[in-house]
Amino acid sequence: MERATFTTKVGLAQMLKGGVIMDVVTPEQARIAEEAGAAAVMALERVPADIRAQGGVARMSSADLILAIIEAVTIPVMAKARIGHFVEAQVLEALGVDYIDESEVLTPADEEHHINKHAFRVPFVCGCRDLGEALRRVSEGAAMLRTKGEAGTGNVVEAVRHARAVYSQIRTLQNMHPDELFLAAKQLQSPYELVRTVAETGRLPVVNFAAGGIATPADAALMMQLGVDGIFVGSGIFKSSDPAQRARAIVEATTHYNEPEILAQVSRGLSDAMPGIEISAIPAENLLATRGW
Amino acid sequence: MTVGILALQGDFREHAEALQRLGVTSRLVRLPQHLEGLERLIIPGGESTTIGKLMVTYNLLEPLQQRANEHLAIWGTCAGAILMARQIDNAYRDQPRLGIMDIRIRRNTFGRQIDSFEAHIDLPLLGAEPLKGVFIRAPGIESAGPNVEVLGRLSSDGTIVAARQQRLLVTTFHPELAGDDRLHRYFLTL
Repeated sequence: MERATFTTKVGLAQMLKGGVIMDVVTPEQARIAEEAGAAAVMALERVPADIRAQGGVARMSSADLILAIIEAVTIPVMAKARIGHFVEAQVLEALGVDYIDESEVLTPADEEHHINKHAFRVPFVCGCRDLGEALRRVSEGAAMLRTKGEAGTGNVVEAVRHARAVYSQIRTLQNMHPDELFLAAKQLQSPYELVRTVAETGRLPVVNFAAGGIATPADAALMMQLGVDGIFVGSGIFKSSDPAQRARAIVEATTHYNEPEILAQVSRGLSDAMPGIEISAIPAENLLATRGW
Repeated sequence: MTVGILALQGDFREHAEALQRLGVTSRLVRLPQHLEGLERLIIPGGESTTIGKLMVTYNLLEPLQQRANEHLAIWGTCAGAILMARQIDNAYRDQPRLGIMDIRIRRNTFGRQIDSFEAHIDLPLLGAEPLKGVFIRAPGIESAGPNVEVLGRLSSDGTIVAARQQRLLVTTFHPELAGDDRLHRYFLTL
């Protein structure tokens, strides 16, 4: 019997596909998310919109809060560690979380190195803005990817940009002559072996979800139609005026992303989505997506 | 022959690829009308609570129960097995289920994600070559009724991991992730 193999790490992400992973800050919110049909929850102290508003250093959530959320639900529980903070990751693994998000939403602990994720039994998900960043994270051991988007804005434009970048770069690789892949790997700043695999298979080596700015059922379906495997919703649910109903609607829109009639149906009767922020109104030093290397 | 794959949530694409390797056409099932004319259906891995809720919302639960009564062949892997079981230990409240197979199943019986594992399975009907099972937050079959045939057990501790009741098949692991299509081939003979 072999425990925590790469197959089982990637495998859990495969089981989450077509599903919605929701940020929650209390056990009660976790239960609302589970009742709405979330495939997993992300246990946090503050959703990205509040981190953005309040500023300061954002760290791993308190151990007690994470344990209370694990206790509250039967679905998988994820939690965030700071980029490069491998001891926060050790703590999260010891607490028994099912997945760690090495996240740019928290304040980075290392401005050069990400966590060596091969060294852990618990699997990791990491953010990416393009194919090169995605493959660098996989080479460090990430078993799941997500677009970075721009968390806490309720504005889907950055998630769209990142998903389009990843998938169009994959299509470009597929059309290259094998001799050209060495240069492509250099340009992508990614290991050649991973670049070659992507060129041959036409897909990322691990599951890729959308994250960062998804606030409506239509946003979720848009990302699914662009080719992602599933959806993270951060502030979009519990910063709206109707969390339970919106959570259900986003779950259904993620399943039926190709059925406009159903999308119209689930969009009916929703009240206000979270307030959105125009990306150009955010000072460059406050953008979260540029964290990570 | 067209095989349906319930595609509400989970790893339905991996099952479709396994069937494709065997030259079998599959149809993704998300709404009741997608069930028409199907002879077989696979319920994939995923989150049993999510899939169960969507089955209720999109009116798939009763049609599927009825088709099971009319001997539609159904194979549930992991979450699919949970949804087919008559009794669920460690269930989420009264989570929706098909309840069509006379087994008692326990969710997350081996622990959390860090306890997920790969292991050899004794599954005599597939021949001498051992089968590698991928178990992800897997359930365990605690007991099986008199009409249920136990097909496979974990080599290490004898836990039931595969069982059959007429044309209903359950496995608590993921053959669709292991690149070994013998169980898909077997399901097509049921």
